[in-house]
Amino acid sequence: MAIGLDLAALPELTTNELARYSRHLILPEVGTEGQQRLKAAKVLCVGTGGLGAPLAFYLAAAGIGTLGLVDFDVVDESNLQRQIIHATPDVGRKKIDSAADKLLALNPALNVVKHETLLTSANALDIIKDYDIVADGTDNFPTRYLVNDACVLLNKPNAYGSIFRFEGQASVFATEEGPCYRCLYPEPPPPGLVPSCAEGGVLGILPGLVGVIQATEVIKLILGKGETLAGRLLLVDSLKMRFRELKLRKNPECPICGTNRTIHALIDYQQFCGITPERKEDQTEKNGIPQISVKDLKSRIDSGEEIYLIDVREPFEYAIANLGGKLIPQNDVAQRLGEIDRDREVIVHCKGGVRSQKIAEYLKQQGYQRVINVAGGILAWADQVDPTMKKY
Amino acid sequence: MKIFIPTPLRQYAGGNDTVDVTASTVASALDELTGAHADLRKHLFTPEGKVRSFVNLYLNDEDVRYLPEKDKTAVKESDTLSIIPSIAGGGKL
Repeated sequence: MAIGLDLAALPELTTNELARYSRHLILPEVGTEGQQRLKAAKVLCVGTGGLGAPLAFYLAAAGIGTLGLVDFDVVDESNLQRQIIHATPDVGRKKIDSAADKLLALNPALNVVKHETLLTSANALDIIKDYDIVADGTDNFPTRYLVNDACVLLNKPNAYGSIFRFEGQASVFATEEGPCYRCLYPEPPPPGLVPSCAEGGVLGILPGLVGVIQATEVIKLILGKGETLAGRLLLVDSLKMRFRELKLRKNPECPICGTNRTIHALIDYQQFCGITPERKEDQTEKNGIPQISVKDLKSRIDSGEEIYLIDVREPFEYAIANLGGKLIPQNDVAQRLGEIDRDREVIVHCKGGVRSQKIAEYLKQQGYQRVINVAGGILAWADQVDPTMKKY
Repeated sequence: MKIFIPTPLRQYAGGNDTVDVTASTVASALDELTGAHADLRKHLFTPEGKVRSFVNLYLNDEDVRYLPEKDKTAVKESDTLSIIPSIAGGGKL
C-alpha cells in the first residue's frame, strides 16, 4: 500500500543527497527510488508538540521533501520535558518558528510550509489537500475527529498517535481499504471525562516513542514497503514496556467511511465533542457553577474578607505552589465531605480550573448551596496576579 | 481470565492495571469486574447498560463488537479482555 506518487516525475537525487542518504540507499527496501519517493513526498504534521516534535525531526532527517507544520501555540517551559524540537532559548517563541528553524538546520534542503493557525472545519480541507499524508499529533478530541474526517474526505492516509501518562496508541487510518478513527471510536467521550496531558501528566519519553512510530508509518506509506498499522491498533505501555496489538476493522456502518455514509462534509467538531463555545455568560457561570477570576479573588482577599478556599490538587502540586487553601485532592473529596463546611461559600481551585470545576459540580450535587470555581486556577494566578509564583 | 484496565480507569479499579475474574462470557466477566469495582460501571456503561461509544472491548485481539455472539461470547481462563478508551493527548493545538 503506497501513496500515489507519479513515478515518472520523481525528482533526481543530487550528489550531496546520494552521500547524505547513503545508509538508506543501500537498503533494498529504500534504494534510489525509495529516496526519490521520500523527496517527492509532502507530509503534513498537525501539531509540533510532544508527538509532532520527534515525528517532524525524523521525517526531516529521512529526506522528506515537503513538511507542512500546523501550530499556533507558543513554546512554554513545561513543554521542554518532551517536545525535543524546542530548546530553552525558544521559550516564548512561536512553536512553528522554533520547529522550522531546527528542521532547516538539520536539513536545509527541506521545504517547510508553515500553517500558523488552528486547524478548523473552515480551513482543514484547503490545508490538507496539498499533502500526500497527514500525521496527527494533536491533543484534543475535536481536532482528532476533524483530521480524521478531512483525511477520509480527501483520501489521505493518517498516521495516528495518541498518548496519556505512560500509555500510547498508534495506527494508520483512512487508507483506501482500512478503517478510520470513527470506525474505532464512533463518538468522543463527554468533555472532562478523559483528562488531557496537562491534567493527567505524561512521561516525557512517551511521545518520543509514539511519534517515532508515526514517522515510521509515514515513511513506509511513502515507500510502499512493509506492513503498516492500517487495520491494527498498537498499544504501548511504557511503564511495563509492553507492546500489544489489536485488530481494527472497517465499520460498515461508519458514518464517514462506511457504505451508507451520512457525513459528506466537515461538521462542527466542537459541538460534536460537546464543547459549547465560550460565551460571555460562560465567564461568570459554567454548568451552573459561578466562576471567579483570579483578579476578583485577589481583590476579595485584599479587602480582608475571609475566603474559604479548597485546593483539589495533589500534595506534590501544593508543595510547589499554593494559595493557602485547604488541600483535599480531587479523589479524596467524596470521602472527606465532612471536612468541607456546608454553611460557608466554598471557593474551589486547582491548577487550571478543570478539576476544580468537576469538584464544584460534585459539591453542588451533594447539596452545597454556594460553590464557586476559580477560573484558570493557580496558573492564571501566576500569570495575572503573582508572577513570582512557581508554575509547573 | 485477565482484564486489562487502561490508565485513565485505574483509579476506579483500586489502582490495578489488571484484574483477574472467573467468568463464562464477556458480559459476566464485566459484571464481575464492575461488581468488585462499582465506580467502573458508570465509566464503562451508559445508564441503559450499553458499553459507552468511546470505550472499546477486545477479547484477546478481537473487537467484541465484531464477534458473532458479541458480549455473550464464551471465554476461557487463558483469554484476556482489554478495555481501550479513546485518548487524545499529543501536542497542544
